[in-house]
Formats: sequence, C-alpha cells, structure tokens
Amino acid sequence: MSLFDWFANRQKSSPAPQAQPERDIADGLWTKCESCGALTYTKDLQTNLMVCLECDHHMRVFSDERIHQLIDDGTWSGLDEDLVACDPLKFKDRKAYCERLQDYQEKTGLRDAVQTGTGLIEGLPLALGVMDFRFMGGSMGSVVGEKLTRLIEKGTQERCPVIIVCASGGARMQEGMLSLMQMAKTSAALERHRAHNFLYIPILTHPTTGGVTASFAMLGDMILAEPRATIGFAGRRVVEQTLREKLPDDFQTAEYLLDHGFVDAIVPRPQLKATLARLIRIHQPLPKVSDMPTSQINPAAEHVSP
Amino acid sequence: MNDSKRKLQLLDFEKPLAELESRIEQIRTLAENNDVDVSDQIHQLEARATQLRQEIFSSLTPMQELQLARHPRRPSTLDYIQAITDEWMELHGDRQGTDDPAVVGGVGKLAGQPVLILGHQKGRDTKDNVARNFGMASPGGYRKALRLMEHANRFNLPILTFIDTPAAWAGLEAEQYGQGEAIARNLREMFQFDVPIVCTVIGEGGSGGALGIGVGDRLMMFEHSIYSVAPPEACAAILWRDAQKGPKAADALKITAKDLLSLGLMDTILPEPMGGAHSNPIEAAQTLKQSLLSALDELWRLSGQERRDLRYDKFRRMGIFTQIAA
Repeated sequence: MSLFDWFANRQKSSPAPQAQPERDIADGLWTKCESCGALTYTKDLQTNLMVCLECDHHMRVFSDERIHQLIDDGTWSGLDEDLVACDPLKFKDRKAYCERLQDYQEKTGLRDAVQTGTGLIEGLPLALGVMDFRFMGGSMGSVVGEKLTRLIEKGTQERCPVIIVCASGGARMQEGMLSLMQMAKTSAALERHRAHNFLYIPILTHPTTGGVTASFAMLGDMILAEPRATIGFAGRRVVEQTLREKLPDDFQTAEYLLDHGFVDAIVPRPQLKATLARLIRIHQPLPKVSDMPTSQINPAAEHVSP
Repeated sequence: MNDSKRKLQLLDFEKPLAELESRIEQIRTLAENNDVDVSDQIHQLEARATQLRQEIFSSLTPMQELQLARHPRRPSTLDYIQAITDEWMELHGDRQGTDDPAVVGGVGKLAGQPVLILGHQKGRDTKDNVARNFGMASPGGYRKALRLMEHANRFNLPILTFIDTPAAWAGLEAEQYGQGEAIARNLREMFQFDVPIVCTVIGEGGSGGALGIGVGDRLMMFEHSIYSVAPPEACAAILWRDAQKGPKAADALKITAKDLLSLGLMDTILPEPMGGAHSNPIEAAQTLKQSLLSALDELWRLSGQERRDLRYDKFRRMGIFTQIAA
C-alpha cells in the first residue's frame, strides 16, 4: 500500500486528525511547527518547502530535500561520495569518534556532513554543496573541507558558479587542528575561483556558526540568508558568558546581519531557487563582441535601409 | 622581581625543581655562614637539579605545555620584535574607525632586510592585559592586519606574523562588526600575496583567532607553544559536559608542536631554552631570528607566483580521510 492509499483509507475510517496528533506526528503524516505549534499535513508542508503555512517559520531541511528543492529534476550528479572520515587522532570523549561516525552514518544514510555535486538550476549549470546539520551538527572536518574544496575547484575548472548551502556548528573538534585548517583550504580554493571572476554565493541557513562563518560562509560575492536563521561566529551562550549581560533578542539572526551589512538579502525558501537563477543570469558573462552577429551589436542596424 | 612574586608564577610541575633549588641555596648560605666547604655536595645537587629540569621539560603533558604557552612571563610579540629587529616602527589603525590594541604591526628591518611584522599582543601585567584584551583580537584587529599585509605586498616586504592569542574576541561588538567576515577575508587574501609569509606560533594558538593571521609559506611553532581548534576547557565543556576535563581534552585534541608536525600541519619546531622561552628570552629570540632568516632565504629564491602556488598546495594537502570503493 502506498503512503497515499494509506492516507486515503485512514481519512475514511479514522476520527479527525487533531484527536490523535501524537501518533500521527510519530508517523510523519503531520508535522508540528516548532515555532507556532500549528499542525500541518507533512505533504502540504513539503509542497511549501517545509515553511510553516501558519507562521512562515522555516523548518530544517536536510541535504537530499534541499537538492531536490533547488536542482532541476534529473540533472543532479553527486561528487566525491566515496570520501569518508578516518579518525586520525583516535579521538574519544564520552564516546569514540569512530563509533560516533558510524552511528551518524547509519542514522542519516550519509557518509559525512556535506553533499556536493553539479546540476542545473532553471537550466543554468552550477556546482552545489549542501551541508547537512543532522550529521554531527554539520561540523567541518577533513571530509567536509576536502569535498567543498574539490567542489570549488570543479567550479573553477568548469567555469561555473558555486553555491554552498551552509548549516553548521563550525569546525569538528574530533579532528582537532585538521578541522581548523579546512577553513584555510576552502578559502584558498575560493580565492582561485574568485580570481577568474566566477560567481560564488553562500546561502546561510539555520544555524551557520563558528569556523564555517569565519571562512566560506562569509566569502560570497553575494550572501543570501534564510529568514530567522542563526548566523554568528561565537555561540550566543559564549558571548553571554563573556559579557555577563543579556543580548538583544534578534542578536545573530539573519535580520541582524542584514541590518549590520553582512548579508545581501534574506530570501524566503519558496523564492530561493528563482532568486539564485536570476542572480546567476544577471552575472553571466556577456558573449564577446567579436562573437556576436553584427545585428546583435547594433540592433538598430537591421532597420536602416540601404 | 622579588621571591614571592616569582613563586606565584611557578607552574605546578616546576615545584619539585624549585624546592630543590631553594634547598641548594639554603645549604650554600648555611655553609658560607659557618665557613664549611660543601662545594662537592652542592655540585652534586646542582647536577641533580639540571637532570630533574631536563626530565620535567622533556615529558610535559599537553596541559603542561598549555600552561607554559600561557605563562605570564612568556615573551610576547613586542618583546620578540624588540629583540630581533635592527629598527622597527609600529603602524596603527584599520582605517575603518578602530585601532585594536590586541594586534600590533609595523615595518622595520631584520638583519638589514626590510620586513613587516605583525602579531597578537598579550599584556605584560593585569592592567596592560585589560588594555590589550588579553590578546583577543576584534574584527578591527584582523582588518588592521589585512591592511598592513596589503601594504607589505605592494612594497615587497616579507610578512612575518607572530601568533599568541587564546581566541578571537567573542563579544557583542565583535559579532556586530563581523568577526567571522574579518577572519574569513584574511584567510582568502593571504593566499593572493606574492611576498613571502612566515607564521610563527610563539605562545597560544587559539583556533580561528590564530588562523586569521596564520596562512603562510612556512608555519613554525616554538617547542612549548600550542595550537588548538578550540580552547581545551571549552572543548571539555562541550564534549565531556565538564569544563574540569580540560587536561583530557588537551590530550585528545593534539595541540602540541610535536603532534602538529606529525600531522603535517607544521613545518618547523623552534627549540626553547631549558625551562621555556621565558627562562631565557634572549636565547629564544635568537632562535626565532635565525629561523626567520633561513626561511626567508629559501623563500626569496622563488618567484611570487611559485610562492603562491606552493602556499596553495601546502594547505590543499591538509586533511586526513579515506576513499572507499564505491
């Protein structure tokens, strides 16, 4: 029985959905908005790209869904999916890092915290990286750094725009200084991409903090953010502790960064794909004058009678 | 400095050594007062003290290395600049409204060679530390550093950076003025300079705050300095949910010069005088000067483009992962 059939049957026989919300939430049929508490059919919510129909709250979306939302159907081609972390420090806190990795791999079906690949967006080619917050808080270790660097290098080779959807708590502590150096590595690749005047747009989603903010998230030619996303360098609690005073409510939100000049625009998720395509089109290099037929250089010429 | 002040700055693991030394001193005074010859015994005890010192300093735990790296008497950026340059002039300001005292920079000459030197500056005492914000730079500090590095690149001055910070400043204004953006921009721009860049961790290398002036052709660390992705205490609070587990975190994070050399993240370890750089700052400064000069000597043989390409390759290789069969 397909989910749709099951749903249809259920509607015939069962009482009103609100009567048993807990079970249905568990089934994934209904989703409760963590901001306003409204219950929405998950399907309707997905059609609205996981933005609450009642209060516009942007719920988290993970990498597969984000790719589906942004990339034209059937054009996605994943890169470097065979890279995996290998616990170089033999790190163990309350749990061994290698076990932690295995758990997250099983839980998410991902190998690490970013998916990268190429595809089309409204027919325009681009290199896209999507961080996945489910996998160890989207933290950046060697694999995330390497995959993003290769993605940016691919963008440079293919002369196409690079887009990175950021969602990360920062550098992955379990790989120590190897993680910190990924900030420099990704920035180096962006420097080369930029030197060719190719376009790079990071999209800051909830949350984008720490070493990711202090590297590729802030290096965009243009920087877009999702409404109400938390974006900052130091964690809010850290700042509160150092200052011992209450911070403004909107501190480190996308809106706060917009006010202070660090993002170009806040784009609601349903408009994100069209906005990206529009920006890419505006920045596409014009064909060289010598490549154009005469009529295009001076359209008026066509109307001049001999 | 008087005795009580000295003792305050003794680290836990130095105490057996300090006790032995004060006993030697007592015996010497006693012998002098009573006119007894104990030079043999004193000689033996002194040899014992030297041996003990060597034993202690050759088997420090990462947490002890961290204590040495943070030692209040450890030479700072300005101390080294004063000791190694023929002449130097500090330059101020980010040209955007601030002059961050936690970052100092300026132009001068090193063994006759014009250079730009910049680094984090911790305070020499409590008052100075408050003024310097304990060496924790604000966005304006990173922007001042960038402005000076761009200057150096235009005038073909090699860039020497000294890293010594607990972390980038985590305050309301730092966030408001774009701490993340300021560091990120430095990371990117440091890859496009043609001039040689040599970065040396002289004390504490505190995460992104350190890396913000830490992209170079040669990366060097003093023997008892540390470089960490996050302060071990903060890491312990997050991963162990217990800030007291700092020593455990320091161990696990691999923050010592030796560890980072073996991970391929550092090029050179600068040996320190027995007892740490603060026990003989002049000797430490000489080591630094010689290492900087030999690094510059190698780097000047390359073209600007070669340096940039090699700098890229150097950081491009950083990271350890595996590739599995698809």
